[in-house]
Amino acid sequence: MKPVAFDYEAPRDIATAVKLLAGGDGMAKVMAGGQSLGPMLNLRLAQPTLLVDVRGIEKLREVTETADALVLGACVTHAMIEDGAVPDVTRGLMASVAADVAYRAVRNRGTVGGSLCHADPAADWVSTLLLLAATAIIEGESGAREVGLERFMDGAFSTALGDTDVLTGIRVPRLSNAARWGYYKFCRKPGEFAEALAAVLVDSQRKVCRAVIGATNGTPYLIADASALVNGFDDAAALAHVDAAGVGDDQYERQIHYTALKRAVARMSACA
Amino acid sequence: MKKTIHITINAKAVSAEVEPRTQLVDFIREHLDLTGTHVGCEHGVCGACTIEIDGAPARSCIAYAAACDGATVRTIEGFGDDDVMAALREAFSAEHALQCGYCTPGMLVTARDIVLRLPDANEARIRKELAGNLCRCTGYVGIVRAIARVLAERKEGVVHAA
Repeated sequence: MKPVAFDYEAPRDIATAVKLLAGGDGMAKVMAGGQSLGPMLNLRLAQPTLLVDVRGIEKLREVTETADALVLGACVTHAMIEDGAVPDVTRGLMASVAADVAYRAVRNRGTVGGSLCHADPAADWVSTLLLLAATAIIEGESGAREVGLERFMDGAFSTALGDTDVLTGIRVPRLSNAARWGYYKFCRKPGEFAEALAAVLVDSQRKVCRAVIGATNGTPYLIADASALVNGFDDAAALAHVDAAGVGDDQYERQIHYTALKRAVARMSACA
Repeated sequence: MKKTIHITINAKAVSAEVEPRTQLVDFIREHLDLTGTHVGCEHGVCGACTIEIDGAPARSCIAYAAACDGATVRTIEGFGDDDVMAALREAFSAEHALQCGYCTPGMLVTARDIVLRLPDANEARIRKELAGNLCRCTGYVGIVRAIARVLAERKEGVVHAA
């Protein structure tokens, strides 16, 4: 199908983008790589009056590395992360996840920030960045602010972003050299959105032992203390988390999420 | 409101007025009459419309022409002088890697990316990389073999002149 008619602007700085969004009466939409929004537009699930293309804003492509974190501009693409074209502070987790986002032709244009803002529960970055305790850096009409990933996504396809807000970057904390992670997702075909997804991270030096159940019916579910899963896999605890995560009470859904969690933990155990 | 765009397509500079909602693939096919690029699902899943934007494979159905202002685009018509594409054409023919041909332009662009980016790809890797291009005729066996053949030829130093 073809999208509805919309206006298009490609501002060169964040302030102009915010101003354009403010003039859009809530019907303006930010577009980054357009790999999720494009399908929504073509299927007319999204019918904005104005598209604000932020890829031309240099600041959104910047990458800054500090002693304890990496700040990725929102328009860094999946392919850049996959190829190691940006520094890695996650002991290979982000590059590994990026390599399995959709297809190469999509990864070449799709952005980490766009994926977060789209907030598809079955997508990879909403879960991965929650696992990593990343922070969303946002600028809008009311100024700049930062929102932890625990509070960024507030439902399926819904985020803390207001109508005039632009996600400018993502702060990813640096893992220690002792950190180990495991990631597992069930897809019916490589590149499709996950049917079930789980990730686990143990970084003893930073006193981190957490897990995430993704591809739920809403937000990814954080297990802030995953010690019952990583120190011997406690089946009852795992199933209790799956039930609390909101994957539906269908036995198949429960089973694949439980198995994804178990396999993510097993992969972490194999992680050097 | 229409937007003026300047795009380089197949090494030729093009300027045009486009509606913002015009998909890049429609601009290529309907405005420029370059019908080698095919339209399939129109939501980024089937891969039939895969072309090269700024040197990397991309879906032309979920890219908008207005958003490609300043870009360098190459469609299947633009690979006439490319050695890798010449080798792939030979191999696709030899291995029966196409029947109806609908997926072929997108398959070739993806195949060329695999050959150049992943010179050591084995069959499993080729299949994974092809997951974003659907073929309803061949069952993929011939396509996988064709790509593997070109990878092997390049290791042996076989050159297919364009």
